[in-house]
Amino acid sequence: MTSAANTPVEQRSSWLKYLLLIVAALASAVPLIVMLLTSVKTLPDVQSGSLLALPHSFTLEPWLKAWNSACAGLTCGGVQVGFWNSVKITVPGVVVTIALGSISGYALALWRPRWNGLLLMLLSLAIFMPYQVVVFPLVKMWSTANIFGTLFGVVLVHVVFNLPLITVLFRNFYVAVPGEIVKAARVDGAGFYSTFFEVILPMSVAPIIVSVILVFTNIWNDFLFGLIFAGPTGRPMTVELNNIVGAVTGEREYNVDMAATLITALPPLLIYFLSGRYFVRGLASGAVKG
Amino acid sequence: MRALVRRFGGRAALTPLVVILVVCYLGGIGWTIGISFTDSRMVPRWNFDGFDQYIRLFTTPRWITAYTNMFIYGAGVILGTLILGSLLAIALDSRTRFESVFRTMLLYPLSVSFIVTGLVWDAILTPSTGVESMVRGLGWSNFSFDWIGQQQTAVYCLIIAAVWHHVGLVMVIMLSGLRAFDPEIWKAAKVEGITTARTYLHVVLPSLGPTIMTCVILLAIQVIRSYDLVVALTGGGPGVSSDLPAKFVVDLAFERGNVGQASAAAVIMFATVLVCIIPYILIGTRRSEVE
Repeated sequence: MTSAANTPVEQRSSWLKYLLLIVAALASAVPLIVMLLTSVKTLPDVQSGSLLALPHSFTLEPWLKAWNSACAGLTCGGVQVGFWNSVKITVPGVVVTIALGSISGYALALWRPRWNGLLLMLLSLAIFMPYQVVVFPLVKMWSTANIFGTLFGVVLVHVVFNLPLITVLFRNFYVAVPGEIVKAARVDGAGFYSTFFEVILPMSVAPIIVSVILVFTNIWNDFLFGLIFAGPTGRPMTVELNNIVGAVTGEREYNVDMAATLITALPPLLIYFLSGRYFVRGLASGAVKG
Repeated sequence: MRALVRRFGGRAALTPLVVILVVCYLGGIGWTIGISFTDSRMVPRWNFDGFDQYIRLFTTPRWITAYTNMFIYGAGVILGTLILGSLLAIALDSRTRFESVFRTMLLYPLSVSFIVTGLVWDAILTPSTGVESMVRGLGWSNFSFDWIGQQQTAVYCLIIAAVWHHVGLVMVIMLSGLRAFDPEIWKAAKVEGITTARTYLHVVLPSLGPTIMTCVILLAIQVIRSYDLVVALTGGGPGVSSDLPAKFVVDLAFERGNVGQASAAAVIMFATVLVCIIPYILIGTRRSEVE
């Protein structure tokens, strides 16, 4: 905040700065504009004009088709089936990950178990590991436990892959909590859980918001786990979308494709535009570790 | 009594995390490493045959393409986002009007799925719908832009889309580094009559070494993991020319039914990640011991 006053702004480079920012912001906006414009054009309009041309006649037909009746192979149910599947996967995934992550982070930060260092090292490893290393053994485990291809199985996979980062996020937040607060609660006779629920949780609003955004975005945007673990009727929206766009029979309907793509992107985009500050903090938490 | 509650309370709370770390992560990693030393095909079986899978892997043209692509793609993504992201961070650092508008516009790509990123850029980069037809429509009827359809250039399309997706991440991390920079040094540089550009280049950026390192590691991890983007944008094609290791592993394990080979490739991916993060983990652990 204070540095703004101290950092020099030279008149000469000022216009260059704005030029760079404006060009970059426009370039960044192009894909969003392309999706929006294309999704409200008629098919002849798409084929005759350029991607960035304004539509000759505005139509919502592509949106309706993308939502209700776009085909992926033999099924023509649009992306709505995937949308509701994604909701069913994302909501419990977020709730369980954050419930487990907050209490694990609390245990790691304030009660300092033995093996603390080892656990933190394992957590770092888990956060950075490429998913492909363990996907196949997880499929074996899930099949053995009879949860492969079920909703529960997909949710559990997401919990497995989001829990390490969320635990570290909460742990880093709780490390900064003064020990006196916990000691005072302990003197009052509060145990591990009552301290957590009565003292710690009420002051955790910020990390909870940050993690809800982070985990929601992660799970909603996931493709790999949905593809492998969800089974044919439980596929999330990203997988449906890729199937719809990839299923080219005859002429490609770019307007419907772009409408379906935009609908899939909308929930995380809305969250982003409504909560920019917290979204950025979630991003940074991937970078800041303990 | 209280100590008892404390100990068992903490232990019970950590049980799910520890079970996941030990069973899914350590167990999974161990299983994959083990299977990579067997002759497993469709069905994993524990019939060891030493380094055969690794030897076969590095004589498979598709893997060599995929692994080489990872370095081309990685260099492009890391350099591209670092240079662009740093310039944008510097532009935002000094008192800038509409800072939050610019930030919002530059960061939103990070919120969307790589499938979305891939499909939109597919429309933009495909000649019949995207840039080529647009420029031709403006009058240059011979203009040609078909990177996505050529074996030698398809991987650059992945770089373009990934830079678009990630540039905001580097921008915010670098911006927080710049804002933490000691203002006294700026004053000193000004007194000495050193230009802003030179101060950034010779004083500020070198002092942000750890911040830049963080960006490089985060991007490198993203590069090694890249799967969805390839699937949605190029499908690894034309042919297998824009394949990446992550896609190679999934294809071999789940479509080609070659678990042994897929495991060996996954182990190589994992080793590549370890080379990138071991310094980071060591620094982190030392820091938490100091606490």
